[in-house]
Amino acid sequence: MPTMNMIQALNDAHKVLMRGDDDVVVFGEDAGYFGGVFRVTEGLQKEFGKTRVFDAPISEGGIVATAVGMAAYGVKPLIEIQFADYIYPGYDQIVSEVAKMRYRTAGEWAMPMVIRTPYGGGIFGGQTHSQSPESLFTHIAGLKVVVPSTPYDAKGLLIAAVEDPDPVIMFEPKRIYNGPFDGHHDRPVKPWSKHPASDVPEGHYTVPLGKAAIVREGEALTVLAYGTMVHVALAAVEERGLDAEVIDLRTLVPLDIETIEQSVEKTGRCLIAQEAPRTSGFAAELAALVQERCFYHLEAPVERVTGWDTPYPHAYEWAYFPGPKRMKKALEKVMAD
Amino acid sequence: MSDKDPSLRRNAPKLALHVPEPPFRPGDTPDFSSLKVPAAGTAPRPDVAAPAGETHPLTTQLVRVLDDDNKAVGPWDPKLDPETLRKMLRDMVTVRIFDDRMYRSQRQGKTSFYMKCTGEEAIAIAAQSALDREDMHFPTYRQQGLLVSRGYPLTEMMNQIYSNKGDKLKGRQLPIMYSDKAFGFFSISGNLGTQFPQAVGWAMGAAIKGDSRIAMGWIGDGATAEGDFHSALTFAAVYNVPVVLAVVNNQWAISSFSGIAGAERATFAQRAVGYGIAGLRVDGNDALAVYSAVKWAAERARTNNGPTLLEFFTYRAEGHSTSDDPSGYRPTNEAKLWPLGDPIERLKAHLLAIGEWDEDRHSAMTAECDAAVRSAQKESEKLGILPEQGKDGVETMFDDVYADVPWHIAEQREQALSEGRD
Repeated sequence: MPTMNMIQALNDAHKVLMRGDDDVVVFGEDAGYFGGVFRVTEGLQKEFGKTRVFDAPISEGGIVATAVGMAAYGVKPLIEIQFADYIYPGYDQIVSEVAKMRYRTAGEWAMPMVIRTPYGGGIFGGQTHSQSPESLFTHIAGLKVVVPSTPYDAKGLLIAAVEDPDPVIMFEPKRIYNGPFDGHHDRPVKPWSKHPASDVPEGHYTVPLGKAAIVREGEALTVLAYGTMVHVALAAVEERGLDAEVIDLRTLVPLDIETIEQSVEKTGRCLIAQEAPRTSGFAAELAALVQERCFYHLEAPVERVTGWDTPYPHAYEWAYFPGPKRMKKALEKVMAD
Repeated sequence: MSDKDPSLRRNAPKLALHVPEPPFRPGDTPDFSSLKVPAAGTAPRPDVAAPAGETHPLTTQLVRVLDDDNKAVGPWDPKLDPETLRKMLRDMVTVRIFDDRMYRSQRQGKTSFYMKCTGEEAIAIAAQSALDREDMHFPTYRQQGLLVSRGYPLTEMMNQIYSNKGDKLKGRQLPIMYSDKAFGFFSISGNLGTQFPQAVGWAMGAAIKGDSRIAMGWIGDGATAEGDFHSALTFAAVYNVPVVLAVVNNQWAISSFSGIAGAERATFAQRAVGYGIAGLRVDGNDALAVYSAVKWAAERARTNNGPTLLEFFTYRAEGHSTSDDPSGYRPTNEAKLWPLGDPIERLKAHLLAIGEWDEDRHSAMTAECDAAVRSAQKESEKLGILPEQGKDGVETMFDDVYADVPWHIAEQREQALSEGRD
């Protein structure tokens, strides 16, 4: 089985999708000839031609809006927004058009499209290349929201997303494009090749939307995480020797509530990790769901470890990022009572 | 049932999508012989109060002042005194040295990111020289020349680049995203195009209050595709706003050539025509032409004759940023073969041609600029480089989210200080 990093796995997913379906069309800023600033679309224009893989003008609103038109026509847009921080000019189209089309037309027009966008910090990108805006999208009825944390999942989720009848936004954790990151920024970067989830099967397979993965089984507490924070959480519980169950949500909407419920009912404790700012983040939704559905099983208050309610500060990146120290404090707190 | 079934319209021609492609790719030998470069001095200069339509023929030409003999010719010659010319040359040389030093600093791991403006130095410096000190700029990330031209301390710029203890932006912004109110330099955003309509708004404020200061907005060729570009032109036209709007067409937006922003169909200056405002297309590597065009547009704005859209035609000689390697998408020798030449060499040649400069003075001046940049760097590095930052002053991270710190951020500040960082 080939070993791939997340970029290669995503690139491979594009090839599988485009070879299998002539209707899949890929575009975005720098996505054509150059293959994207993170190289996810590298080589696609050469194989599939300029009318299926092309550079877009710097207009995120235009990119999403033309994708709406293409989806209405019947081709399947698989578009890239270069950084999640750049998505806001396209927000009106996503929120008002993409998300609501099936509903407002009673199913006459659907919007099967995928918007891929790199998100998150840890690369010294400053406040306009580091944000985690997923909760601005999980709040919008009609959108599916996906966040992979491994090369295997990235490929399988992207294929499932493109084959889904509804619009899907995939937030790609750019800090772990090239290797899993446990939050210890002062240690050497580990490559994906040392991680089992870098074994990526050739050809077509899917990781179903709406299905979480239990990436570590345990009895003492449940940790809910997605994206980069899955790896930070895993390292933190290992370092503390906790018998934690770590769940990689993989899809935020629709959420795999069953897996979460089963786990929290078993462990009685729950910590939720997100890199995004705290207030109105997705962790808040998860905390509400857990207390609504598992209240009588809980032995301690549900805890959140999150980014701060500030913009992402360039020099204070590691004071902002919810890394090992904060993870450990949060783990202690949830285990204390 | 598919509405894309071609059999439904069997006799109609088959539609085709056109995807623009730059003339040269890696491995090609660039040949710019088909590029039309009008002779210097041939473009007419309308009166600053002329109806906008009189400028419209100029949107497809090129205002050029420096001729092949390095003399200033034609109606756009700003007739600048040698002192001003030498000041512009000095600032341009300073910017180039500054860019080289900071690029190297990034490569040495002293900071995370840098962006050069190599080949475009004339644009910001000559434009700023043509405005008043009190006028307001809404720049992009490639107008460091505005600050240098206004005498902004180089150490201040470097402190921001290193996010160090002297950084007035408290380490919050990506390197080169300067901001300085006192120098008429609005905060640079990492999101493209946002500043263009903001410049219009500032100038509307000045007009509402009967001020005499004007604003200048800046944008790149690529970002003209953003909706904000069109908002800027619409508002500027509707309210006859006292603003100068500049498109720096350096022909490359990271890896996308200007055709992806529409340049195959029309010039960027021609966008003025559709909005009914004045427009000029200018040789951006000719400092005198840039100066003269901005002076014209500024006088037009100051006398309530309305906004102007300027296109500075130039070439991005280096990568987009330290994160970019242009050899992946364009020939490496394209910059050298670009026919409008190097702006510093052209201004220097002009000063030599009019007998106001010599090689010795140039070498001495270059050495002075180099020494000034090195000494600023030394000063700045005393205050720290990026890898050393982010440990002290964590509490400052929570300031300025709001004017007053609300309870939840105060709590988070306490938590951050007690739990510590990794």
